[in-house]
Amino acid sequence: MNIGVLVNALPGACAQGLIWGIMAIGVYLTYRILDLADLTVDGTMCTGGAVCIMMMLHGYPVWAALLVAFLAGMAAGFVTGLLHTFFGIPAILAGILTQLGLYSVNLRILGNKSNQAINVDKYDLLISLRYIKGVPFWRNTILVVAVITVILIAALYWFFGTELGCSIRATGSNANMSKAQGINTDFNKVLGLMISNGIVAFSSALYAQYQGFADVNAGRGAIVIGLAAVIIGQVIFGRIHANFACKLLFVSIGAIIYYLVLQVVMWFGLNSNDLKLISALVVAVFLAIPHLKNRYFARRIKKGGESRA
Amino acid sequence: MLELKDLKKTFNAGTVNEKTALNGLSLRLEEGDFVTVIGGNGAGKSTMLNAIAGTWFVDEGSIHIDNLDVTRFSEHKRAQYLGRVFQDPMTGTAASMQIEENLALAARRGQRRTLKAGINNKERAFYREQLQILDLGLEDRLTTGVGLLSGGQRQALTLLMATLKKPRLLLLDEHTAALDPKTAAKVLEATDRIVKKDNLTTLMITHNMKDAIAHGNRLVMMHEGRIIYDVSGEEKRRLTVEDLLHKFEEVSGSEFANDRMILS
Repeated sequence: MNIGVLVNALPGACAQGLIWGIMAIGVYLTYRILDLADLTVDGTMCTGGAVCIMMMLHGYPVWAALLVAFLAGMAAGFVTGLLHTFFGIPAILAGILTQLGLYSVNLRILGNKSNQAINVDKYDLLISLRYIKGVPFWRNTILVVAVITVILIAALYWFFGTELGCSIRATGSNANMSKAQGINTDFNKVLGLMISNGIVAFSSALYAQYQGFADVNAGRGAIVIGLAAVIIGQVIFGRIHANFACKLLFVSIGAIIYYLVLQVVMWFGLNSNDLKLISALVVAVFLAIPHLKNRYFARRIKKGGESRA
Repeated sequence: MLELKDLKKTFNAGTVNEKTALNGLSLRLEEGDFVTVIGGNGAGKSTMLNAIAGTWFVDEGSIHIDNLDVTRFSEHKRAQYLGRVFQDPMTGTAASMQIEENLALAARRGQRRTLKAGINNKERAFYREQLQILDLGLEDRLTTGVGLLSGGQRQALTLLMATLKKPRLLLLDEHTAALDPKTAAKVLEATDRIVKKDNLTTLMITHNMKDAIAHGNRLVMMHEGRIIYDVSGEEKRRLTVEDLLHKFEEVSGSEFANDRMILS
């Protein structure tokens, strides 16, 4: 095992982690703030990239492609939100339905192909895996995505401090209280899902540029990676009393750690086909820990009581 | 001010669990009325409050607030006229948010939520002042998470939130039932103070007959989804718990089958 190979791979892992960190921030908004498990993201994590690459192939500038990718994600979130609130379908099922439907939509966007490549030399991409080394520092993908992440966190920090943003947080925290205080919880859920999926699609558009292609399977298991980032960030920084902006930053750092660890594991010679299984196991373990902890401690207290008796 | 006309509501209609919760309920409240509501389990007390609040729509009948027909208004739309405190202290506040954030949410009840700051410094001073009235030491803990407060503190905070923006009608659903006697007395005292100060029209459900007699200017007793006894003024002031028990047996033809009410 050559340590040089690993060191060489780390900047790329860092860039991927940052891009998926943006996606994980989107997941954080639904999972932690709205208290909904939104599986739409498995679809939108492809939609954004597909829209972005196809628009650029048709000659649109990168900023327009990113904007439309964001809007496409919002549209997907809107569908899930409507299925959930207006039609009363449980959130998790509404997300699955949208995600499944999106698979066909994504294929359509990609011109009925399962993937579309874009040549970094012919098109003016914002980021690329080729822009990691040997480019001026301000073109460096890691820096560009880091700046985007900071701007996104700042925007979300502002938004969730506004009257509207506060009412969305209240909706996720206590729907009964929110309704009693005159908050339209259905509207807020739809809006939250739209913002979340918009961010995920935006991240997807960045990821497709980074890889140099959009793939119809790009979003498979995205929710798990997003949750992994959220949970890793929480486990590592959970004890720090932090404001909202810092919490979002922890999510982003969680995603970077996820990709760095992944890189190390692969360097140890793990088959990359097994990655999804390992990701699923890692997330399952971390989700189970709080539950197991409670039971474990509860049992200990009970035993203590019996011994005294 | 509030007019309930012939309200009917049946839950689980057509199943073995069918339950007629409201059965032709009519009630008229005048401006400034403070009405206490008593009745046995399943009499329809909470159902009446939920019908007014719009938790679901009634099957029949109409609800008017200030001559405005709100029968088909959604819950959040009706909230602009109503202040609500629930039986469960966890229901009325957002645990993951700070005290001042909860108050700021309540201060904007009935308003459009815009992209202006969710809370500003001028409000903070006002909230501190208001929290002082509760006398629970919360005025120095504006940024404390509500999840860290005790049940009594949360209930007192909910009461303040319900009345921060003066409601046309205050709905109290056994709001002291889940608290220890000392805290319950304190919250009830705060209720009296706030209702008197703003001259709020109030509907208060209680399981405690003494409280029902001691508070408010009018008392109604419910049974099987209807009001069976309605007393106010001098007659109410002279009421005793024995009178109420006797009245209940007389009107309903059955024993007052609720230990909680007799024991407390």
